[in-house]
Amino acid sequence: MISYALRRVLSAIPIALIAVTVCFFILRLAPGGPFDGERALPPNVMANLRAYYNLDQSLPMQYLIYVWRLLHGDLGPSMVIDGFRVSDLIRIGFPFTLTMAMSAFVVATAIGIVAGMIAAVNQNKWPDYVLVLVVMIGVVVPNFLSAALLQLVFGVYLKWLPAGGWVNGSLTHLVLPVTVLAWPHAARISRLMRGSMIEVLGTNYVRTARSKGLGERLVLARHAIKPALIPVVSYLGPGLSYLLTGSLVVEQVFGLPGIGKYFITAALNRDYGIVLGTTILYMFIILALNLLVDMLYAWLDPKVRYR
Amino acid sequence: MAGITGKDAILTDYANKLEKLDAPKGRSLTQDAMRRLLRNKAAMVSIILVVLIVLAAIIGPYFVPWGYAEVDWTSIRKPPDLSKGHVFGTDQNGRDMLARVLQGTQMSLIVAGVATVVSVVIGVVYGAVAGYFGGKVDAVMMRFVDIMYALPYILFVIILVVIFGRNPVLLFVGIGCLEWLTMARIVRGQTLTLKEREFVEAARAGGAKPFTIILRHIVPNLTGPVVIYATLTVPEIIITESFLSYLGLGVQEPQTSLGTLISFGAPVAEVLPWMLLAPAGVLVTLLLCLTYIGDGLRDALDPKDR
Repeated sequence: MISYALRRVLSAIPIALIAVTVCFFILRLAPGGPFDGERALPPNVMANLRAYYNLDQSLPMQYLIYVWRLLHGDLGPSMVIDGFRVSDLIRIGFPFTLTMAMSAFVVATAIGIVAGMIAAVNQNKWPDYVLVLVVMIGVVVPNFLSAALLQLVFGVYLKWLPAGGWVNGSLTHLVLPVTVLAWPHAARISRLMRGSMIEVLGTNYVRTARSKGLGERLVLARHAIKPALIPVVSYLGPGLSYLLTGSLVVEQVFGLPGIGKYFITAALNRDYGIVLGTTILYMFIILALNLLVDMLYAWLDPKVRYR
Repeated sequence: MAGITGKDAILTDYANKLEKLDAPKGRSLTQDAMRRLLRNKAAMVSIILVVLIVLAAIIGPYFVPWGYAEVDWTSIRKPPDLSKGHVFGTDQNGRDMLARVLQGTQMSLIVAGVATVVSVVIGVVYGAVAGYFGGKVDAVMMRFVDIMYALPYILFVIILVVIFGRNPVLLFVGIGCLEWLTMARIVRGQTLTLKEREFVEAARAGGAKPFTIILRHIVPNLTGPVVIYATLTVPEIIITESFLSYLGLGVQEPQTSLGTLISFGAPVAEVLPWMLLAPAGVLVTLLLCLTYIGDGLRDALDPKDR
């Protein structure tokens, strides 16, 4: 297990490095820049700005400087807001984004697994049909639309919940955004869980367990749940990264103070510093999550370790 | 000559009946799949609905009395009203919502088509090449796919918007260039098994060049998974497009798309609900139908379910 973990960590390092390189060069090769304002800057100001951001160096040199700083934990400066760094953005926005994504993740995973099990046990009966419909809506309706519709129904017509905005520490302001974020995730998980559970319930060892007289509840708890969870676990990593990036949209729609708002503004202002830093941060998170999922996977399914 | 008991007549009847059954003739895989698809009610209804929506988006605008950018000064912010020809009502500028929804659907379908074609072409070629050559080539090519998977999708799309700015078609060629990863993985897996088959060996023995084998013998055998995956890519691109337009990054006025319409409808939905409900209804119907078609095709083409 330990050697497997080490192998996975080592193989993630070159991936991270190449991904950083791809991001860096794509953004540097993009046309336009943060200093293309309405009126042209005086040449000497421009020269100073370029020198300040190392843009006067050759491209490979800029890349080396960037990687060197990255290794020291510096994701780079904003090129539009003076003195503002990606690390400041993370300090301001990331706790919020993380709270949103994690609460949606926990809620959705729990609901998804339980719902998938219920549907599998009652295959082709009414709980299954209801669930399949709810899941279909969750998978199909894009989050900005479900956000708009939920805002309209619960925020405007029924007035049960605030339709948007943020008051520090107010949980009611989080209910709608977390619901919008969690729904598709719960839907996908329950779909996976339903499928794999149906498959597991048809296997020989479950039949054996039943035939030796175990109650249905014990069969589920002891024999069916763990193997049925394997496909679900493999989706958790991509799922969480999907929630983290999906949170950008939901924050924008509900006017919440996470990273999303800053990122989209920065992209529109061609603030390549912020865009590059945030992209790389997310990439590291996704890589770390995938590693974590691989470990979980190896723990659940011993065959994986020896491949 | 009929016997006393009429046994011969019964046997002849039976033989005729057997002849009419097509069992001895055998059915091709495609016929088999078509038969199963025709039996799938959800998929058939979805196909009909999608065809109707596509037809409406293409020829509908010629039958609507109002243009999508035309202003009717006598009815601004009006709910649906048949007498004036505004079936879906009008927006704040007095433009007919039906005309706008049709034009928006057309735009969404065009960009989805462009991006899907791009992603399928790249994905099939990439996956088939990696799978066919195998070994080091495969390892390097698939490692690159792993790396691309690690990049956050939405962030990359927003970067593309910055690069391609306001040209929707170019933008969606770019998005197609991001969407091919899963396609490549599926195609590679299929190619790995296909290339061991006898007909590929025969082609190789006959002296066919690798790329001829890939294009003539491997790619045609990939039709099933490619068609399924393409049907499921279309709704994904439509969602991406709507999402970009929703953020104000996609299609620009007076052109419109379903996402743009929803983003204009959402803030005023409290007083002018038809502005949100009309495009949202079309979007959800389209997405639901495409997903059902994809699922139906998968069930029909999956040989495991026979």
